Amino acid sequence: MSAVIENHHDEHHHGPAKGLTRWLYTTNHKDIGTLYLWFSFAMFLIGGAMAMVIRAELFEPGMQIVEPEFYNQMITLHGLIMIFGGVMPAFVGLANWLVPMMIGAPDMALPRMNNLSFWILPFAFFVLLSSLFMEGGAPNFGWTFYAPLSTTYAPPSVTFFIFSVHIMGASSIMGAINVIVTIMNMRAPGITLMKMPLFVWSWLITAYLLIAVMPVLAGAVTMMLMDIHFGTSFFNAAGGGDPVLFQHIFWFFGHPEVYIMILPAFGIVSHIIETFARKPLFGYTSMVWAMLSIAILSFVVWAHHMFTVGMPLAAELFFMWATMLIAVPTGVKVFNWVTTMFKGSITYETPMLFACAFVVLFTIGGFSGLMLAIVPADFQYHDTYFVVAHFHYVLVPGAIFSIMAAVYYWIPKWTGNMYDERLGQLHFWLSFISVNVTFFPQHFIGLAGMPRRYPDYALQFADWNMVSTVGAFLFGVSQILFLFIVLKTVIGGKKATDQVWEGARGLEWTVASPAPYHTFSTPPKVD
Amino acid sequence: MSTENYYVPEQSRLPIFAAVSLFLLVMGASSTINNLGVEGSKSSYILYAGFASLIATLFFWFRKVVQEHLAGLDSAQLKKSYVYGMAWFIFSEVMFFAAFFGALFYVRSFAVPWLGGIGEKGSQIAAVDLWNGFEASWPLIATPDQNAAFAMADKSMAWPGWSNVLQWLPLWNTIVLLSSSVTVHIAHLGLKNGNRKKFNRWLGATVGLALIFVGLQAAEYYEAYAHYGLTLNSGIYGSTFFMLTGFHGFHVMMGGVMLSVMLCRSVFFNHFEDHDHFGFEAASWYWHFVDVVWVMLFLFVYIL
Repeated sequence: MSAVIENHHDEHHHGPAKGLTRWLYTTNHKDIGTLYLWFSFAMFLIGGAMAMVIRAELFEPGMQIVEPEFYNQMITLHGLIMIFGGVMPAFVGLANWLVPMMIGAPDMALPRMNNLSFWILPFAFFVLLSSLFMEGGAPNFGWTFYAPLSTTYAPPSVTFFIFSVHIMGASSIMGAINVIVTIMNMRAPGITLMKMPLFVWSWLITAYLLIAVMPVLAGAVTMMLMDIHFGTSFFNAAGGGDPVLFQHIFWFFGHPEVYIMILPAFGIVSHIIETFARKPLFGYTSMVWAMLSIAILSFVVWAHHMFTVGMPLAAELFFMWATMLIAVPTGVKVFNWVTTMFKGSITYETPMLFACAFVVLFTIGGFSGLMLAIVPADFQYHDTYFVVAHFHYVLVPGAIFSIMAAVYYWIPKWTGNMYDERLGQLHFWLSFISVNVTFFPQHFIGLAGMPRRYPDYALQFADWNMVSTVGAFLFGVSQILFLFIVLKTVIGGKKATDQVWEGARGLEWTVASPAPYHTFSTPPKVD
Repeated sequence: MSTENYYVPEQSRLPIFAAVSLFLLVMGASSTINNLGVEGSKSSYILYAGFASLIATLFFWFRKVVQEHLAGLDSAQLKKSYVYGMAWFIFSEVMFFAAFFGALFYVRSFAVPWLGGIGEKGSQIAAVDLWNGFEASWPLIATPDQNAAFAMADKSMAWPGWSNVLQWLPLWNTIVLLSSSVTVHIAHLGLKNGNRKKFNRWLGATVGLALIFVGLQAAEYYEAYAHYGLTLNSGIYGSTFFMLTGFHGFHVMMGGVMLSVMLCRSVFFNHFEDHDHFGFEAASWYWHFVDVVWVMLFLFVYIL
């Protein structure tokens, strides 16, 4: 057992184990980060394939390709897989790779639990996806699984869905505890809280949100389980409960959840803009406080998802104003990024292109969110394609663009090879154009009144739906190019220097490229 | 805050075993529940296998951590990681209970009064003329829809009035659980002062009180089902009552197991030092947490 203690005077480090056991038994934050990232990419492709089914069906009015029942299952699984399997694990993977390197720690604080957090996920999604082959089909009630659709009228596979959400939640909570403990306890001497890189800050706040709301989701699915199988009446008005109670509990989880999917993106984009503008961030402190304010506000805005459900007027007003308040810290961030770029010596490598697109398109998503926050306007927009356009703008060119930016930005550090800049730029422009072709028209058809989650629609929505489908398939194909670029970089390419980017600052750029299997066995000196 | 000598364990089989166990557990639980009432269903074997292998994995996992501790591999900094980890785990449990308490507060303050026609929202609902005979009250004995197949309760678990207070089980449960928090604290003081005998005795007493609590809770459930007609199927009052107390009871059992493990470690293996005993401290934190939740339950489920 003594062999496992690093010898600090010995420059030679243990390399990874050989074969499959490296990945099954690993306690190394870089291995686990890699597992998370590849898993999320696989889920991104599966969830993406489901999106293609949806868009293909909506190419023309009328029923063409799938049965309405199957369409509902695709809608549900697409949402669940992209959120819990795509975006969240990708950010956890980035946290695993980067947080220990950024704070000068030898690894995550609790390495074995780190491995467990990851390996729960493939099993959880196996359970969820296996429901496609069960009697009655997969869950078909939308990713928000509102009762009574998810209780009284649910297919039998809902039980599998419930337990799969339970273990996904356990994985998230363990992962979040690990991140918080690492950040609080493992920083190299000299890295005070207000000297932490912003990605670390964003993940500290994200982890706090995760620990606060994932248990609430677990509570919600537990009550569903009891209602379905054990005769309770939580979401059944006939017994004195209330289906709206489900929506309140769900969105108490759900709103912080959407910030869980965007806060790490704020951290990533801040780093990238700083590097390629070759200027320190305009306002570090205001960025930290803006993120904290957003996190705190996220707990008091949940009911803006349910304005049309028939809440008392006072509640609608409260949730409307609280929601609009979020625009203030978000504005602080956007101006921060813009002023960082102002008079900078900017170059536009692929990560910077994705980061700039993030700032512009995320802002569009934020503005449509403000429109939805206005109660009387929301009565019109609610459950239309306008909502679909809104959250896809914050999630695809928001969260997913930031993940791609992060991959391009840090992959030289991970693999030791530069990615192919020409292909990277091609990937960016294809993604950028197609994402707008896909989602911008959905604003129009939504404002014109097309409801979401239906496999068929009225004739007047035909043209923009066709455009949207063309964009979606182009976006889908572009991501195969992304896969190719990543694989090409892993296999070989121009050797990366240690600093990689001229303007890059931070501890991760001081170690070799590729980063050695164990970094910072002894804490680095930081001023 | 030095990171020197931070112990990073080498490869371990434990996590993947735990993940596979969880997989078996959820597959087994889902298919067992879906096959309830089906003759000859063997799904429950998967559930048992998952449960058994999870328990075994956890046993070996904790054994490994204890061995590492005894081998002196854990620095003060690693210990701090465990301390933070346990604290945040308890916070996640607080939020789990918050979901159920939130449900209770919502139905009591909004859903039930509205169904009973109280307030502006209530009058809108009453105008629909759905369950007009329904009167809002708490504890809710008669459900809004009398025709649906709800098991009607005759009696609730609420405060029985001063004259019957001594026969009221929840009061005894409160006394038992509050005293167990005191006994575990006395045990802790004994350990800190190096008095091993005192530690073992008072920790044993705490485990005993935990058993008494679970026994009384079982008696209460029996009473509810057999004599009060109060079941999971009695509408929202039964739902919230059994969910909150049941989930709490499950946590009492987990805490009880933790404390028993600590007792065994102390009695049979002489683990723990007077200045270094976080395993026990973590279990005692958990126990105090369970106790605080009970006080909330006593207040909001039973008394108010």
